[in-house]
Amino acid sequence: MISNLAWIFFSTLLINNFTLAMFLGLCSFFGVTTKIDTGWRLGAANTFVLVMTAIAVWVLNTFVLAQAPYLRTIAFIVVIASLVQIVEMAIKKFLPALFRELGIYLPLITTNCAILALALFQTTRKYNLIEGIVFAIGAGLGLTLALTLMASIRERLDVADVPAMAKRMGLVLIIASCMSMAFMGFAGMGSG
Amino acid sequence: MTTELETAPAAAEPIVIGAPPPQPLSMDFWRGIADDNPVLIQMLGLCPTMAISNQVSNGLGMGAATIFVLVFSSLLISLLRKVIPTEVRLATYILIIATFVTISDLVMQAYTPVLSKTLGPFVPLIVVNCIILGRAEAFAGKVGPVRAVADGLGQGLGFMLALLIMCTFREVVGSGTFLGHPLFGPNYEPQVFMIMPPGGFLTMGLMFLTMGWWGERKKARLAEVAA
Repeated sequence: MISNLAWIFFSTLLINNFTLAMFLGLCSFFGVTTKIDTGWRLGAANTFVLVMTAIAVWVLNTFVLAQAPYLRTIAFIVVIASLVQIVEMAIKKFLPALFRELGIYLPLITTNCAILALALFQTTRKYNLIEGIVFAIGAGLGLTLALTLMASIRERLDVADVPAMAKRMGLVLIIASCMSMAFMGFAGMGSG
Repeated sequence: MTTELETAPAAAEPIVIGAPPPQPLSMDFWRGIADDNPVLIQMLGLCPTMAISNQVSNGLGMGAATIFVLVFSSLLISLLRKVIPTEVRLATYILIIATFVTISDLVMQAYTPVLSKTLGPFVPLIVVNCIILGRAEAFAGKVGPVRAVADGLGQGLGFMLALLIMCTFREVVGSGTFLGHPLFGPNYEPQVFMIMPPGGFLTMGLMFLTMGWWGERKKARLAEVAA
């Protein structure tokens, strides 16, 4: 049981890292990773929403969608959108300081493909509630790790002398490629 | 996307705030393929472009599914644009898009099960493809159905074009094949790296570097002419 959970956690965190191995959540990965602070804060917010989604998806899969599997995509996106809305309202009411810090990133989490992908993976892999939550935490920390690493590299890049043709996105993607290559090294850790 | 936000409403038509300026239909269509390409210029929809571009067949399937969703959601959103209340328009758009995505997902599962399996979660993930919601918000929700369909088709084909460039490069270099047909004979050592995740980032990076080089060259020429 424990080893199974540990395997789910580490394989999602490192080997199948959502951002660097599965290409999920790239908009925020390229869009907001200019400062370390915003990088890890967005990662934390994403982790929170991921865990909430995992719980909600488990409830949906267990009690609702068994009768109507064709409604999967629609049900998930509606649940995620309302979940983000509720989280946003709750943070605004109870933690106004955090709300101001996160600003625009909170509502944008709805259209982060990592969240919907987590819901879909959880369904196809038939995770139970505990496994789902561990999977979500692993995925969230993996996102946070990738965001923070990328942000710290880009902070250094700001002061570097970069050729004009690489200014916009080219170089960032090449860096992402190198990071992804480094994360491929983790694949030796397990058999799956 | 900034071009659409510049308001220049037609004299005869009722004024819609933020509506794109009137243009010939061919412009609506061509813009998505060339000047305003969703992937190469607007840098939207990067996730699916990198994730499934290791085979040309994947690119064709994904491109077709996205074009289907983009065209039909644009059409429906454009037809309903006067009925949808402004406050809940994004939620409505997402629901409409999710409906068409479900249709294409089920059709692909039924008729192309192998392709559906390789694409995996990336077919349902078309829902959160920023290109589609972006077009709904910037274009389809503000213009008539004919223009919306022309724009959707153009943007969809532009997406597919970028996807096919990536797929062709990655499949030819990474497996030495094109659409599964071997190209270089048995002695070719495929660069497996290219069909794995880092290859996706690398190909995309090379594409953007080329675009950047092109842009810089153009700028230098313009400066030369001016001087």
